[in-house]
Amino acid sequence: MKEEKQIVASLSGVTKKYGEITALRDVNLNVRAGELLAVLGPNGAGKTTAVRLMLGLTKPLSGQVAVFGRDPRIASARGCIGAMLQVAKVPETLKVKEHINLFRSYYANPLSLQTTLEAAGLESMKDRLFGALSGGQKQRVLFALAICGNPDLLFLDEPTVGLDITTRHLIWQQIRRLVQEGRTVVLTTHYLEEVDALADRVVVLNHGVIVAEGTSAEIKSRTAQRKIRCATRLRRSDIETIPEVSGVSEQESRMEILTSQVEPVLRELFLRDPSLAGLEVSNSTLEDAFLKIVETKTVETGSQPAQKEMTA
Amino acid sequence: MSSATIDMRQSPGASMFRVYLTEAKYEFIKTLRQPAYVIPTLTFPVIFYVMFGIVFGGKQAVGAVNLATYLLATYSAFGVIGASLFGFAVGVAMERGYGWLQVKRASPMPPLAYLAAKTTMAMIFSAILVTALFVIGTAFGGVHLSVGKFLGLAGTMIAGTIPFCALGLAIGCYSAPNSAPAVVNVLFLPLSFCSGLWLPIQLLPKFLQHAAPFLPPYHLGQLALQQIGFSGGHGMQHVAALAAFTVFFLLLAQRGFKRDDVSINA
Repeated sequence: MKEEKQIVASLSGVTKKYGEITALRDVNLNVRAGELLAVLGPNGAGKTTAVRLMLGLTKPLSGQVAVFGRDPRIASARGCIGAMLQVAKVPETLKVKEHINLFRSYYANPLSLQTTLEAAGLESMKDRLFGALSGGQKQRVLFALAICGNPDLLFLDEPTVGLDITTRHLIWQQIRRLVQEGRTVVLTTHYLEEVDALADRVVVLNHGVIVAEGTSAEIKSRTAQRKIRCATRLRRSDIETIPEVSGVSEQESRMEILTSQVEPVLRELFLRDPSLAGLEVSNSTLEDAFLKIVETKTVETGSQPAQKEMTA
Repeated sequence: MSSATIDMRQSPGASMFRVYLTEAKYEFIKTLRQPAYVIPTLTFPVIFYVMFGIVFGGKQAVGAVNLATYLLATYSAFGVIGASLFGFAVGVAMERGYGWLQVKRASPMPPLAYLAAKTTMAMIFSAILVTALFVIGTAFGGVHLSVGKFLGLAGTMIAGTIPFCALGLAIGCYSAPNSAPAVVNVLFLPLSFCSGLWLPIQLLPKFLQHAAPFLPPYHLGQLALQQIGFSGGHGMQHVAALAAFTVFFLLLAQRGFKRDDVSINA
């Protein structure tokens, strides 16, 4: 087994441009053996570019990319890597087992066909043509292709996007199993729930720069904001005068107040409005933290409304 | 063809040969299940040959050979070019355009295996096609070709797929998935006609006869005609021309492929 902190993949001072657009700017990112690293970020943040670089699908303008100490653009350097990418269309006239067998043939020590089918929940459809599968089943085949080579390092680019709950949970369960077996997984996703459920470590990318890095608990505490909701006759401008308050918004006749110090704010609120009712205090979620990080670091898109689901 | 029982034992190391073989095998199986490729590729040259070479051709002669024999050579070239162009251009445009090629490129698959598999596929279809035309010509068109000459023709045609696979690759690297078949048709049919593959080039207007050497299909047609005993210039000239076209198409393809990297979304 590898030692715990060994770096299996890295971007060192990597800048990548597509024409005029800078996708990544001087990014340093280390993937350590045995961890599940989630790469988060809004659309165009550079997540997929980071993954494409580590898979050798593109080369950086400057900086170094290394996977298991080698340049991933060489086919043989990818012998221990599996990848699940977003694909619009897969050749439809091959059967599920044929697709898997073809990808197994690329690897030195692949899983058996049977093991792969079981892991991806595809046993009952191994003889079906790919074109005859449903969306969720197709996604399972792509997952099967990523794991069939028995890889040490797995890249999953939005593996559960648009999936039904059953398939999503199946894939989560398999990802957990892979990590338990000591494999390393790099995951990009726009489901924060997925990050909370799976990831050891989170890297938040925005506009091609890493804006936050840490465990998901650390990311949350970086923006140690708590949320107070209440019905009050106080006006928004009144509440904003309380020094500890960092943000106020009005939501369906209730006030939403963000603060890092709940108690003094509450004391002040009750003092000013004894009739205050419907009080609710909640911890911020990873999603709040994520939005906060992205918003504060983003000048250009500051006016964007907060979305429920961030896109890739 | 035993596609159902696949020999896939676990081996200590994936041997290069097996990777190439497996890739080619599945490329062939995949293509065989696509009527949009198989039917036009195999039937169009046969139908054209029967029409022009046998039904209308009758006992006419071109130089020292009868028309049915002459057109057996040129329609072989026509068919081979179609099999290569459609296989590569449409396949590559789709797999590239829809992101499937990225999945393969992210795997440890040697990139050459991908190209070799598609080339092999075109070669197999070419061999089938030349054999079919030969059988039809012999049975119905009064073609008398020695086994040696037939094998020479078949061998030349199989090797002749290479420049057109390269052209198909170039088209596939520039075309969108939906437009690739149209691009191929727009190039393939006029080029074949002007190169004298549909009708003997001697029947075409003089200016077309002069322009033909600038078209790759012309050179494959001439090589095919030499194999059946119809003299047509020096073989090495045509081989050299096709080799030069191949290099040019491959460079073009490489350029097109690199262009992808600039346009891809971050």
